[in-house]
Amino acid sequence: MAYALQQLINGVTLGMIYGLIAVGYTMVYGIIGMINFAHGDVFMVGSFLSLIALLGLAALGITSVPLALALTLIFAAGIAALYGWTIERVAYRPLRGSFRLAPLISAIGMSITLQNFVQVSQGARVKPIEAIIPGGIQIMDQGGFAVRLSWMQIAIVVITMSILGIFTWLVTKTPLGRTMRACEQDLKMASLLGIDTDRTISLTFVIGAALAAVAGFMFLLYYGVIDFYIGFIAGVKAFTAAVLGGIGSLPGAVLGGLLIGLIEVFWSAYFSVEYKDVAAFAILIVVLIFMPTGILGRAEVEKV
Amino acid sequence: MSALLSLTGVTAFYGAIQALRGIDLTVEKGEIVTLIGANGAGKSTLMMTICGSPRARDGQIVHEGQDITAWPTHLIMRRRIAQAPEGRRIFNRMTVHENLLMGAEVAGRTDTTDGLDQVFTLFPRLKERIGQRGGTLSGGEQQMLAIGRALMSRPTLLLLDEPSLGLAPLVVRQIFGAIRDLNRTTGLTVLLVEQNAYQALRLAHRGYVLVNGSITMAGTGAELLARPEIRAAYLEGGHT
Repeated sequence: MAYALQQLINGVTLGMIYGLIAVGYTMVYGIIGMINFAHGDVFMVGSFLSLIALLGLAALGITSVPLALALTLIFAAGIAALYGWTIERVAYRPLRGSFRLAPLISAIGMSITLQNFVQVSQGARVKPIEAIIPGGIQIMDQGGFAVRLSWMQIAIVVITMSILGIFTWLVTKTPLGRTMRACEQDLKMASLLGIDTDRTISLTFVIGAALAAVAGFMFLLYYGVIDFYIGFIAGVKAFTAAVLGGIGSLPGAVLGGLLIGLIEVFWSAYFSVEYKDVAAFAILIVVLIFMPTGILGRAEVEKV
Repeated sequence: MSALLSLTGVTAFYGAIQALRGIDLTVEKGEIVTLIGANGAGKSTLMMTICGSPRARDGQIVHEGQDITAWPTHLIMRRRIAQAPEGRRIFNRMTVHENLLMGAEVAGRTDTTDGLDQVFTLFPRLKERIGQRGGTLSGGEQQMLAIGRALMSRPTLLLLDEPSLGLAPLVVRQIFGAIRDLNRTTGLTVLLVEQNAYQALRLAHRGYVLVNGSITMAGTGAELLARPEIRAAYLEGGHT
């Protein structure tokens, strides 16, 4: 019981990180029907930016932990947003209106470019960082097994939930969100209403990249080690989460992220760590066979 | 005084297929001009080409003295041109209210209350459905919504693509009546694409006949209605 509870806590934490990345996949897919394979690498770049910022702030002598974390988060999200904007501008926009696979191939190229760029500029070795928010609380103790909830885990859940809350409000309640939804439903009609669709698409990439950077920031603090390759695995998992939840659906992305996180953690805990990715992807296959649109995805019904 | 909208020698392509072959057309301020023609004649393409999607390959499109041929769609639409396009293109997963607000987006979404009032006066049905999702409306209601959305931007030129398609005669009459009222009371200029040639020609001041991407005939509504070849091609066989 205690063991399962501990796994639940760990799974939810991991799921939150996947969910944040998955939102970026699902948003871009929703608006231009394309899988942005470079998104996982933006997450990786975000965690490197966080590392650079933390070390830089430490060198500058800023010792207040909350201040350092807040500055790091802003820095990482801001620069990653710039990455997102640039990637769309350079690699995808020139290919719009081209054949369907073109931007997909371009995205894979962009993913490799980012990985190599970070590998060359930051080195290929793993980068460790000291725990910045150590400690936590002990929830229960059962037969010598202590269930612990670390401050870091609480922080991850709180930050993710608040960002998703703000984001949901933005999409559903503001004129900006309405414009984004209009573009998502019918890009051509949106342009007929005088909306600069290129700008809205850029904005989608910017927001997605900023969210991925937040995830990268939390990944760095949670695991304490990063390397240039983390974007690939996390990206594929988050993509799986987006598909599992129903690609194009924002709540679906978060739900899918949580499920993937939980599946992975529980499988590792009760079966084998080696096969945790197999478990996650096997579930994906099963879901796709029986629910091709994902859990919260909708079948497109068009009224003519 | 120059025309509100004039096209000279406009051609357009979909890939390698030429859809428009040198179109010359003018729309004067305050007119209702209709464009009739068979399926696939290029009527909808012409409407979309005016809006820059697809862009005209040759020729010139001038709106209020400004050459807009090479402009991107969203900038053209910000010149108080609005289109209720083919297939209505309602935002299915948005409410009626949100759909209408999207129409006001061009105008900087400032005074939406006036616009909403105007639309609800024209189409009271939309007011009843205000909180309902676009996708759940009936075909006629969706058409009203498409026109209403176009009107929300307070256009000076309204492009209407087949507003009668698939609708019951009563609804068609209602929509055509609304167009006539708008033209009379606000001086709204309308370019109307229709397959329902009889109704369109009766409503319009002038008309053009489009065949295979070229304009073959032009004249006032009454003139065209009287032409035997029009009667033979577009009117006989229960089109009234």
